[in-house]
Amino acid sequence: MNHNHPVFTDNDPQSELVTLNLGPTHPATHGVFQNVLQLDGERIVSGVSTIGYIHRAFEKIAEHRPFYQITPLTDRLNYCSSPINNMGWHMTVEKLLNIQMPKRVDYLRVIIMELSRIADHIICNTIIGQDTGATTTFLYLFQFREHIYEIFEEVCGARLTTNIGRIGGFERDFNEVAFTKINKFLKEFPVALKEFENLLTRNRIFIDRTAGVAEVTKETALEYSWTGPLLRATGVDYDVRVSDPYSSYQDFDFDVPVGTSGDIYDRYLVRNEEMWQSVRIIEQALVKLKTEPKGIFHADVPEFYLPPKQEVYNNMEALIYHFKIVMGEIDAPKAEVYHAVEGGNGELGFYLINDGGRTPYRLHFRRPSFINYQMFAPMSEGMLLSDAIINMSSMNIIAGELDA
Amino acid sequence: MEETTLNNNIHLQLTEKFGEKITAVSEPYGLLSFVTYKDVIINVLSHLKEELKFNFLTDITAVHYPGKDHGIAVVYHLHNMVEKVRVRIKVFISEQNPTIPTATSVWKGANWMERETYDLFGVQFEGHPDLRRILNMDDLGVHPMLKQYPLEDPNRVDKKDEFFGR
Repeated sequence: MNHNHPVFTDNDPQSELVTLNLGPTHPATHGVFQNVLQLDGERIVSGVSTIGYIHRAFEKIAEHRPFYQITPLTDRLNYCSSPINNMGWHMTVEKLLNIQMPKRVDYLRVIIMELSRIADHIICNTIIGQDTGATTTFLYLFQFREHIYEIFEEVCGARLTTNIGRIGGFERDFNEVAFTKINKFLKEFPVALKEFENLLTRNRIFIDRTAGVAEVTKETALEYSWTGPLLRATGVDYDVRVSDPYSSYQDFDFDVPVGTSGDIYDRYLVRNEEMWQSVRIIEQALVKLKTEPKGIFHADVPEFYLPPKQEVYNNMEALIYHFKIVMGEIDAPKAEVYHAVEGGNGELGFYLINDGGRTPYRLHFRRPSFINYQMFAPMSEGMLLSDAIINMSSMNIIAGELDA
Repeated sequence: MEETTLNNNIHLQLTEKFGEKITAVSEPYGLLSFVTYKDVIINVLSHLKEELKFNFLTDITAVHYPGKDHGIAVVYHLHNMVEKVRVRIKVFISEQNPTIPTATSVWKGANWMERETYDLFGVQFEGHPDLRRILNMDDLGVHPMLKQYPLEDPNRVDKKDEFFGR
């Protein structure tokens, strides 16, 4: 066995350094990963990150599964905002197959994706509050994640591992209850978010713990390929929704919030503002939906869109297509496609190589958490341990995305 | 149309600088992709970063094509955030001796992406500061994304059809 991990020794009698294993499972870390930190008192001298504890070989499994069966793999990457992952994958396949979506489907997708972005940011921001000692914020805002999950449940029947949608649209139309719940959410959530901001944004303790902590410059962030709220907090105006609009984001009017110093406080502010912008996008989408003909929830592509089960029982065509799709005999072009969506943590990319077989020849996930997290250990050096914990929660590391 | 002119410009400037070393240029789904060689890859990457303003390294990964002379393709995705263009660069390297210079000299963020590629495909990034496995355990012994390794453990008997009367 050859373990090349650096081993910290304190043979030197003068040495006062303490080695601390933070993780693999530790109540203060947000997932299963290890940080071996060397501490001088409370201050971190150096650190080494180890990941891979929940590596599930998704890329290998994807090579053995037809397109439809890859969907459940994607929503297990970032389980805090799984619909974005689902739809990112579906849009990748649609790009490969050159499927044009009806506008109504695009708007419905935007609603779901923005709701899951809000859910993701709620978790991250309330946890920052929690880690700085403000449990109240967590209790106030966290119920709205529950309300979002109830909307998901109404749309697809599942809450966490959602599997929303199909290649070419949705499995079924949104019912009236779903729209009622979305409207109720839009009415109640801004009030609570305002209250949440009142509790934290001008809070002296919160500012003292976060402002000026873990500052990252623009240049460093780009050098380390950061994306998402972390990159925007440093002042780089990059959002996949604006720079490479997918689905129908070009039809919406929204701002991309940016920070200035890239510290934890800025990341918190950027995420908060993004929640406001998401609410704005959903409101616009609901207005746009009114002018679209009702009852359209998928594109007219029977050879790729999995037919509803009721039709499979009663319609020969549907049965044939169902069989062909389930057996993975979709006639997809031999091509390579890279498609990126703005996930909760940043650019979530799918690199798909199709060689005409039943399964993808190669599928690679560009996972934002994996790439963002690489900077955690270097940036922790010189930081207090208690600050490093808040830094970790502000990076919103999702262990599922870290490992794939 | 606009995308095509941008891509043409990049292609022209690259061929001006590297000539024959830029081959197999194509534009699948509007994304400029080309193949280059491992002796110039670092120069190509730095040229793209410094001169053509591709300031962002999106991703590094690899693909295995067993049975070919140069059976492993290392794939780089780069992004110019100002002009909103992406490129894909491929370098084909030999399967028996999969070595390629590291891109950590151009972007520090390449570190973990290369470690992942090494872990899954066994690509040796020469000059990498800390090339060891990242996702799998240290003594795994194989690079599991290579096509010769099946998904299931071949020694497992609980999944063999004959034991189920099939």
